Amino acid sequence: MAKVALRVVALTYLLFLLVLPVGLICARTFSNGVGPVVAALTTPSARHAFQVTIETAIPAVLANTVFGVGVAVLLVRHRFVGRRALSALVDLPVAVSPVVVGLGLILVYGRFTPIGGWFAAHGIDIIFSIPGMILATIFVSLPLVVRAIAPVLEEIGIEQEQAAWTLGASARQGFGRVTVPAIKWALAYGMVLALARTLGEYGAVAVVSGNLVDQTQTLTLFVQDRFENFDQQSAYAASFALAAIAVVCLLAISLLRPKEGSR
Amino acid sequence: MIRVSNVSKNFADFAALTDVCLDIPAGSLTALLGPSGGGKSTLLRIIAGLEVPDTGTVDIGGQDCTHLPPQRRNVGFVFQHYAAFKHMTVASNVAFGLKIRKRPRAEIKQRVTELLELVHLEQFGDRYPAQLSGGQRQRMALARALAVQPQVLLLDEPFGALDAQVRKELRAWLRRLHDEVHVTTVFVTHDQEEAMEVADSIVLMADGQVRQVGTPDDLYERPASDFVMSFLGPVTTLAGELVRPHDLVLTAEPADGSVPAVVERVVRLGFEVRVDARVNGTPIWAQVTRYRAQLLGLRPGDTVYVRVLEDPARRAKEPVG
Repeated sequence: MAKVALRVVALTYLLFLLVLPVGLICARTFSNGVGPVVAALTTPSARHAFQVTIETAIPAVLANTVFGVGVAVLLVRHRFVGRRALSALVDLPVAVSPVVVGLGLILVYGRFTPIGGWFAAHGIDIIFSIPGMILATIFVSLPLVVRAIAPVLEEIGIEQEQAAWTLGASARQGFGRVTVPAIKWALAYGMVLALARTLGEYGAVAVVSGNLVDQTQTLTLFVQDRFENFDQQSAYAASFALAAIAVVCLLAISLLRPKEGSR
Repeated sequence: MIRVSNVSKNFADFAALTDVCLDIPAGSLTALLGPSGGGKSTLLRIIAGLEVPDTGTVDIGGQDCTHLPPQRRNVGFVFQHYAAFKHMTVASNVAFGLKIRKRPRAEIKQRVTELLELVHLEQFGDRYPAQLSGGQRQRMALARALAVQPQVLLLDEPFGALDAQVRKELRAWLRRLHDEVHVTTVFVTHDQEEAMEVADSIVLMADGQVRQVGTPDDLYERPASDFVMSFLGPVTTLAGELVRPHDLVLTAEPADGSVPAVVERVVRLGFEVRVDARVNGTPIWAQVTRYRAQLLGLRPGDTVYVRVLEDPARRAKEPVG
C-alpha cells in the first residue's frame, strides 16, 4: 500500500512539474502541423541561434571534460592542504545564481577593466561576444563532469594503474589504457549532462552576451526574444528543439551504457 | 639478488620501516612474514618502486634501483585484490606488458598461450575477469606479471582475498610454479603456516624492523626471541619460560626436572589431544598424542608431572643476526 502511495505521489509530482509543461510545449509546437515548425526553425535568426549555441557549447563541454578529469583525479587520488576547499569550490556554480556569474564576468573581463582591456587591445572582445559566453557556460556546467567521474575513480582505485606501471606502461599509457576505459561511461554521462546544461543555460549567457540578435543570441535567448515579440510559433518550436536535443542525449547515453553490474 | 640497505620510510608520523637491511638471494622463494602494520607490504612496494624510501637504497641484480620508476625495474607485481584490467579479456590482460613493449603480434600470441597453459587458464582466454573465480583471477594476475619475464616477482598478500580451500591449493601451486620458473620471488603474508609451507626463506618483520631471517626450520626451531617463537606457532609458559605445547612431556610419576600439574580439561583434536592444566595455579597446556593420553588415562582433577622435552638445539637463544 505504502509503495503504491509513494509511486502515486512521485508520479503526480513529476506530472505537474515536468510532464505537463513539456507535453504542452510539444502539443503547442505541432498544433498547426510540422510545416510551420520547420519554417520557424529555418529562419536566418533561428539558424544563427543554433550556430551560436553550438559554438558556445562545444568548447565549454571540451574545457569541462579536460578540467573535470584533472580535478577529479586530484580530488580522489591526492591528499593536500586545501583539498576540501577545492572540492567545495567545484560545487559553487550549482549554488550561485547564473546572473551573478554573468555580472562577475563583466566586472573581470569587461572592456574597461584591466584584463578585458588587455584582451581588447589585442583585438579580442570577451564580453558581448562568444568568448564571454563560453566562459559563462563553462562556469555553470563546471561540477558536472567532476561529480560524474569522481565516485567511479574512487571505486576503481589506483591499483590497476600501478599494475600497468610495473608492466612497463608510462603514467600516460597507464591512465589512457587502464583508467580511461574504466571511467568512460561515467565520463560520457558527465559530458552529456554538461552539454545539456550548456544548451539550456540562460541567465549568465543573457548577461554577458548582450543578446544581440543574429550575433550573440543562443537558442534559449532566441526563445525568450521570440516569446516577448509575440512570435509564439518560433518560441515553441525552439523550446521543443532544446528539449528534444536534451532528451535524445540522455536516451542515447542510457541505451549505450552497459547495465549496472554486467562487467 | 635483491639487496635492501638501511631503508627507512615514514608516513606522516608513523614509522613504517626503520633502518631495514636485507639480502634476498637470486632464485629464492622468500616470505615477508609478520603482523599487519609491521611494514612488510611497504618494503615490498619499495622494492617494486611503488613507494620511495626516505633513506637507504635498493639494489636489484646488482643495479641501484632506488630512484628508478617501477616501469624500469623489470619486476612483476601481484596485488591482493588482483588489480585485473576489467575491460580486457584474460588474454589481453596477460598480453598487456608485451603490447606496451611493442613485441611482434605472433610472439605475443605464442607467449600468451604458453602462460595461460602455465596457470591452467587456457580455456579462459576470451573471458573477462568478472567471469572468473578469485583463484582464477589471481592466477591470471600471475601470468600477466610473468609475461614480461621479470627479474623479480613480488606478491602482496596474494592469497589474502581467497577462501581457505582455494588458498591451500594456490599455495601448493605457487610452490610448484616457482620450481618450474625459478624467478626470484618475494611474497608478503601474515599467515605463518603459509610462509612455512611455501617459502625457502622467511623474513619475519614487526614494527618496521626485521626480527629474524632464516629457513622455516631455523625460525621454528631456533627463534631469536620470544616474539618470533610465539608468532611462528603455539606457545605456553612453564616456569616463566616459553615452550611449545608439543615439547612438553607428561608422565604419571615424577622425573628429573618435572613439576606436578593438575589436569583441568582434556580436548580431543583428531589425532592429538590438548591437555589444559595448572602448575601452582598457573594455566599451561600441552599437546600430546591420543595414544599417550590414553596410556596416562588423563581425567580432570588428576595430577601429572610435566617437563620439557630435552633438545639443546631448540633451547638455544641467539641474538638477532
